[in-house]
Amino acid sequence: MEIIESLEILVPGPLTTVQDLGRYGFGRYGVPPSGALDSFSLRVANLLVGNPETEAGIEITLMGLKVRFLTDLVVALCGGDLQPHLNDKPFDMWRSQIVRKGDTLSLKAPRTGCRAYLAVGGGINLAPVLASKSTNLASMFGGHEGRALRKGDLLFSAAPEQHFQSAGKIFTPHGRPSYTGNWILRVLFGPQDQDFPEESKRLFLDSPFTVSTQSDRTGIRLSGPALQRKKDLVDSIISEGIVPGAIQVPGDALPIILLVETITGGYRKIATVISADLPLLGQTKPGDQLRFHAVSMEEALSALSRQEQMISNVQKC
Amino acid sequence: MLYEPPVFHIMGDRALLVELGDQITPSINEKVRELLLKMDRRPLEGVVELVPSYRSLMVIYDSLRTGLDRLREEILDLHQATDPSLVPEPKTLSVPVIYGGEFGPDLEWVAEFHKISPEEVIRLHTGTTYRVYMIGFTPGYPYLGELPEALATPRRETPRTAVPQGSVAIAQRQTGIYPVQSPGGWHILGWTPIKLFDANQWPPTPLEMGDLVKFFPIKREEIDYWRSLKA
Repeated sequence: MEIIESLEILVPGPLTTVQDLGRYGFGRYGVPPSGALDSFSLRVANLLVGNPETEAGIEITLMGLKVRFLTDLVVALCGGDLQPHLNDKPFDMWRSQIVRKGDTLSLKAPRTGCRAYLAVGGGINLAPVLASKSTNLASMFGGHEGRALRKGDLLFSAAPEQHFQSAGKIFTPHGRPSYTGNWILRVLFGPQDQDFPEESKRLFLDSPFTVSTQSDRTGIRLSGPALQRKKDLVDSIISEGIVPGAIQVPGDALPIILLVETITGGYRKIATVISADLPLLGQTKPGDQLRFHAVSMEEALSALSRQEQMISNVQKC
Repeated sequence: MLYEPPVFHIMGDRALLVELGDQITPSINEKVRELLLKMDRRPLEGVVELVPSYRSLMVIYDSLRTGLDRLREEILDLHQATDPSLVPEPKTLSVPVIYGGEFGPDLEWVAEFHKISPEEVIRLHTGTTYRVYMIGFTPGYPYLGELPEALATPRRETPRTAVPQGSVAIAQRQTGIYPVQSPGGWHILGWTPIKLFDANQWPPTPLEMGDLVKFFPIKREEIDYWRSLKA
């Protein structure tokens, strides 16, 4: 299969990285999953252009990215509306389209959400490192040379012309999440909810929290009411494994929703965001308001099944 | 205290935390290692990740392929099956360290804190064989224990924003090695030329949980020699 130059980064924006669905199986070596924060949008974008959903795409944070296409391609952009433009015209999201050699795609600023995902028919041709193309920024491996994309970087794709027949697919509007900036995240209590008094659990469910500016791919820091632990407990616990979505409460009692760049932690987790709502975490930005809503395991699993059903519909459209 | 049977906690709808005890002890940590090795040998349907730590094993699973009740039952079965032959002897890794000076900016402070000489700090730090209780924080970062009581030191009040790669540091009853430059609140006693994480090698780190580590002092003239060797 012919590998050809497909994209050139003209302006990288604040943080643009190559991500796939993450790196699993190496947690015992301290390796976190990394991967697309909003995996839903990346999967849909890949399926729209005729890629396997596990293919890598480009995660664009907030604004500023400008890329030039170096050959005719099928592309799809999903996720937050960062006001994409092809050349000077607004560019439709959630659908696959043919772009021409020399066209430029630029993202201005977020209208809704925080991150957009660009998938290219034929994928991003990079050697997987520890079984994934995702970029681990802290340890500088995976993705494109283990770092964020820069001006002048060239990316390659495999036989993009074989994907032309996928152009024109549209992801059903009622399947697209709405990114309001006023989020309700469904959670399951645990694993250490028993270490918090009823008052803290009530505050956790009844209060709005605000996303702090000190949030990144490692975690979303929240400001809001302090969630005190039970008296007589020290501030940390014996370190243990964590999953993305676990809501950790450190010594200052302000919760942090852990994301994909960490695999162990030494603080209590009051609750964990359900899998179906994890992709939304990637669309929160500083200043947004969050509320938590407790659900049962059955509700969590049926929400996940509905979401998977929605994604599998892409292949049929 | 060892938990028998293990205690299960859910972490959301796709992870199960299996606790084997409530303390940091070699015997509880060895139970975690045994369960990890059993689950390696008999992979369970739907399990996608195993993260061992001091006293628990976190099991991440695909909830579309397996369920909580089924998994709990299968893990209990594996835990109860006894097969000592599958638990290999741990490796021992000797780690060369340049102590003090620019390589170990906190050596003097730690010595003063304990009212002993820097040489005595080095003697205590190199005089113990440490167990790798877990690897975490950053890729390849080994949590090593236990540090002699005489060296137990609270964390720095202000963490450093950038601890250099290769730094050998202590905090409380633990010692560790920074595999990549990262923020850190531990006291830096020295530096090792040995590489502890390389994503392009297999395995990516020379250490696994349960392995043993011993430090020994080297001089700065020996850096190139140790760098040329593979860990």
